[in-house]
Parts: sequence; C-alpha cells; structure tokens
Amino acid sequence: MQRATLDLWVGLFVMTGIGALMVLSLKVGNLNTYGVADSYVIQGNFENIGGLKIRAPVKSAGVVVGRVTAIQFSTQTYDAVVTMNIDSRFQFPKDTFASILTAGLLGEQYIGLAAGGDEGMLKEGDTIMKTNSAMVLEEMIGRFLFDKASEDNAF
Amino acid sequence: MTTDTLVEISDLNFSYDTRAILNGINMTMKRGQLIAIMGGSGSGKTTLLKLIGGAVVPSSGYVKVSGQVIHELDRDALFEMRRKMGMLFQFGALFTDLSVFDNVAFQMREHTNLPESMIRDLVLMKLHAVGLRGAYHLMPAELSGGMARRVALARSIALDPMLMMFDEPFTGLDPISLSVIGSLIRRLTDTLGMTSIIVTHDVQESLSIVDYVYFIADGVIAAHGTPDEVRQSVAPFVHQFVHGEVDGPVPFHYPARAYSQDLSLENTVA
Amino acid sequence: MPKRIVSSLQGIGHRTLEGIWRLGRATRFFLLVLMKSATSLRRFGLVIRELYYVGVLSLIIIVVSGLFVGMVLGLQGYETLQKYGSETAVGTLVALSLVRELGPVVAALLFASRAGSAITAEIGLMKATEQLTAMGMMAVDPVARVVAPRFWAGVISMPLLAAIFSVMGVFGGYLVAVIFIGVDEGSFWSQMQSNVDFRIDILNGFIKSCFFGVAVTAIAVFEGYDSPPTAEGVSGATTRTVVTSSLAILGLDFILTAFMFRGL
Repeated sequence: MQRATLDLWVGLFVMTGIGALMVLSLKVGNLNTYGVADSYVIQGNFENIGGLKIRAPVKSAGVVVGRVTAIQFSTQTYDAVVTMNIDSRFQFPKDTFASILTAGLLGEQYIGLAAGGDEGMLKEGDTIMKTNSAMVLEEMIGRFLFDKASEDNAF
Repeated sequence: MTTDTLVEISDLNFSYDTRAILNGINMTMKRGQLIAIMGGSGSGKTTLLKLIGGAVVPSSGYVKVSGQVIHELDRDALFEMRRKMGMLFQFGALFTDLSVFDNVAFQMREHTNLPESMIRDLVLMKLHAVGLRGAYHLMPAELSGGMARRVALARSIALDPMLMMFDEPFTGLDPISLSVIGSLIRRLTDTLGMTSIIVTHDVQESLSIVDYVYFIADGVIAAHGTPDEVRQSVAPFVHQFVHGEVDGPVPFHYPARAYSQDLSLENTVA
Repeated sequence: MPKRIVSSLQGIGHRTLEGIWRLGRATRFFLLVLMKSATSLRRFGLVIRELYYVGVLSLIIIVVSGLFVGMVLGLQGYETLQKYGSETAVGTLVALSLVRELGPVVAALLFASRAGSAITAEIGLMKATEQLTAMGMMAVDPVARVVAPRFWAGVISMPLLAAIFSVMGVFGGYLVAVIFIGVDEGSFWSQMQSNVDFRIDILNGFIKSCFFGVAVTAIAVFEGYDSPPTAEGVSGATTRTVVTSSLAILGLDFILTAFMFRGL
C-alpha cells in the first residue's frame, strides 16, 4: 500500500467519522436549538411543577422559544424556582404569563408563555410574576369530587 | 588486558528459576575476531548472547563490552550500547509489515536524522553487500529462508556495528544458502572490522570460517581453541561433537532404570 | 469425596490468584503504554498507518451492521408503536436506542472481534517470531514503536466508528419507517430532534464509545504482548481478547449508563 493512498483512506475515514458526529448532533439531536444563538435567562416561581424536567421546551403560541435549564426548590417561599433560557430573538413583556402545560393527555410537560401588554420587556435575570402551576391529575379529581360534594350540601 | 579486547566475560553465572544455565563462563574476544560458540541444544548458548546484549541480567559475574559492564548500564546507556551491536536472529525476525527496503532502513530512520536520499543509498549498499539489491521492494513473506536471513544480515549491519551476534545463522538452510551465509559472515567481519560471535551447532561450516571456537556443555566451557586445534582434539566431548558420533560423553540414552528392569526380566521385589 | 472438593477449591483459588495477578500485570502494562506514548504523538505517521488497519478496514462491517440494526429497530419499533397510534415516535425510538446504547455497544463488540483480535494476533505473532526482541536489540523500544501507535489508533477509531454506526442505523430506520412503511417524514425527524438531547444522549454516547475504545485496545495490545510465543499461545490470546473485551464492554456499559442516565 502506497503511503499516499493510505493517508487518503485514513483522511476519508476520519472525515466520515467527524461528519457522522456532526449529523448526530445537528440532524438527530437538538444541538441547533441549544445556545447557538444568544439567549437570556429568566426565572419563574411555581407552586407545583408536576412532572416538568430539565431541558423541557419553553413554548409560546406552540413555537419553541427556549428551554428549562434548572429546577430548584426555594426554602423561603416553598416554591419551585424554574430557570429558563430564552432565545434573544424573542422578547416578552414583563407581565407575561407562564404556565406548565402538558402535550396531549399523557405527553411531556412544557412551559407555555402567554405574552401580556406591558411596555417593558423581560431582561436577563428577571423573574416572571404571573405563573400557573401544573395540572396534577389527582388534585383535579380531588377538587372535582370536593366541588361535587359541596354542591350537594348546598341543597 | 590489551586494548583490542572488545568483549570480556568473567565468571559468568546465570540461572533460570533454580535451574543453572551457565556456570562460571570466562571468555575474551578481540576486535576483528570471528568466534563460534558451539554446544548441544539447550546448552545455554543463546542465553549467553542475551547476556551480552543485556536482555537478561546475570546471577553473578559480568559481561564487559568495550570496557563497560553491561548489566550495570542504565536503560539509556544500554540502548546507546545496543546501537553499536547487531544481532541476527535464528529465523531473521524481519518485520513482516515492512518491505525489505524499510526493514534495512529501520534503524537508520529510528536512530539517525539522515535525509531520505542518503538512507536510500545506504540501504541499497547494504543490500548489495548481501546480493539482494534487486529484491528491495519485496515483502518478507515473499522471500525464501536463505534470502530472509541475508536481508536480516543487511539490516543488522545497517549502522556498522562493532559487535555482531549470530544466533544459529545456519539453521534450516540448504547447502548453497548455508555457504553463502557463512562466507558473507566472514567477509563482512573482515571488511567492517567488527567482532562476530556465531552461536551454532553446525560444526563443519563454522569451523571453516571462524578464528576461534568455544564449546559449551552443561553450562561450562568444555573446550576451546582454534579450528585446527579443535579438529585434532582428542578430548572425548569435542571428538564426539565434531564428528557427530551417536554415543560418547553425551549419552544416547536419557537417564533411566536398567533396561532389563524396565522390561520386567528380573523378578525384583519392589 | 473430600479430596476432590479440596482439589477443586484449590483450583478455584489458584485461578482467582492467577486472574488478579494478570489484572495487575495488565494495569502496569497499560500505564507503561501511556508513559511511552510520546513517540506516537511526535511521529503521528505511525498512528495514521495503524488507523488504516484498525479503523478503515473496520468500516465495512460497521456500516453494514449499522444499517441492518437500524432497519430492524425501525421495523420492530413501528410494529409496537402503531398499536398505540404513535408510530411517528419510531424515529425517536431508533435514534435514542442507537445513540445511547446500540451504537457504542454494538460498534465496540464488532470492533473487538474485527480490529481487537487483529491487533492481538499481529503483536503476538511479532513476539513469537522474535520481531519484538529484535527491535529491542536494535535499541528501539517495542512498546513505544509497536504497541502505543496501535493503542492510540484504536482509541481514536472507536468513537468515530460508533458515530458512523449510529448514523447508518438512523438512516436504516428512516429507510424502513419512512420510505417503505410510509410514516410521515416530517414528524419522524421532528420527534427525533425534540427528544434526542445533545448533551445527555449524544455526548454521553460519545463518551461511552471513548471508554470502550480504550478498554478494547488496551486488552488487545496486552493480550498480544503477553501471549506465549507459540502458535497456540497466539490463537489463545486472540480468543481471550474477544471474550474479555466483550465482557468488559458490557460491564463498563452498565456502570457508565448507571452514572450517566441515573445519576443525574
């Protein structure tokens, strides 16, 4: 085997391998939705996050605008503090409403942002004031039964 | 001790586990000499070469090459020393993944910074010396046993060593290749002015080319002398070895009980 | 028979000791190879040459196996998922199985039997024919000149081969699910992309294959260098390379998976 031919094959092999890694990262994985573009961090306090996980999408009108980067528990307010990375291309008013929603009946949970009407925009490090907790099935059923019972008692 | 002594072996002992292989060997080899070390199979000849090359450490005694005790050298100094030594292995030990050319060029590329054009000339010169200049492009698998041995010879003299060691260079060769290798060893020893040690049990070929012979049996030097002295020796061991007799001091039979006893001809009570 | 029990116990003890002793020697050899890797890095041509034998020659088996594994995953995944009406998730299933587990593990198993055994046989044969001794006598360290370049070539090849395997597998799954069966192409890719995470899935899979590459080649070069210099010795060492490295891959895979995906 000639030296040059051998080098050529090895070069091709390494290029194919690196190409495969790129394909995996960009086409199969979600590297392109990561912090490629500039982003800013905001936080939101939720009473109950249900099954929300790190890296869950943050959507507005169904479009992914960011991702959950951290979930902590605050011992001051006994709330869950959710940190989100939002794409800098998307600016939201200060009175934006954040709620934890479920995709489909049994799908994954994500954060939905509903824009408000405030003049000022959310900046790096801001906290969303208006939040809505996750729907927890047991609580919903419990509340339904309780309402039913109090309705019956009213008579 | 004269200055032209290259190798000095003094009271050398070597044992493997508890088995003694060499037992008090003394030798001196001068520059430019061609020396044969002979002995039966398993008599410790190859071990002796390994001790000279520093591959194993003696149990006691020492090997001195150009005034330096081999087993006291550190790694770097030993490798420095080995660059001045060449060794031809029993079956050549050519690098099977390299061509004949690259095999001979191996040490030049590893140890020198010579430009590739000069390496090319040197390699072809070495190959020419063993008569295989035309085979430079072949792979070791395409060579006959004798040719492989000659390429290995060219490779081992690549850096013009001062000491060459040949481990059974004649084994498994046809008569023509055998005398080719024999005369090559003699000629290269003379033209390069190196000291050569041949470990062999091919008596006739080596007696015709060497300057001095040592016989090793059971780990000690049984006899030594010039080829003429050896041929006329009446010492029973040398006589048996040189003339290839079946029985003698080296017995034909492995030690055993009496033959008649093994065949139950005598009714012995155990 | 108490005598037989005693002797079999002795046998077990002997073999255990032997194993520990070999493990110690292998570790020392591994460190030696690392220490003597400077030559390989300085003369990278040596590694490139081995990359050809270790990496390029393993490509065919990796590409073909990857394609078939992906196709089977696509078929099986579709059969199961369509019962729940979520056949568009087949892309996610294929990609996650490949990137997290099958890519690194199956590629490493194939690599062990294709390249690992070849490395062992080659080094073992070089030892048996005294080529390594001859090299030492020429004042060239065989560990630095022969073993280290092969080791690094293996370590570099393994992640690349695993990535190629995964990509071929995803392509195979795409072929079966989208082209043959007719799953919607858009949701195939978008479901895959929204569920395969770069850091958690792809990066961890990549790290896994790096570990496997080190383990397989370290075992292969050790078995070759440590083999008895005879024909039987070399063939035994080659078998041991495949068996030991396959077990090492599966064992390591469990440990790494536990660390990566559970210990978050």
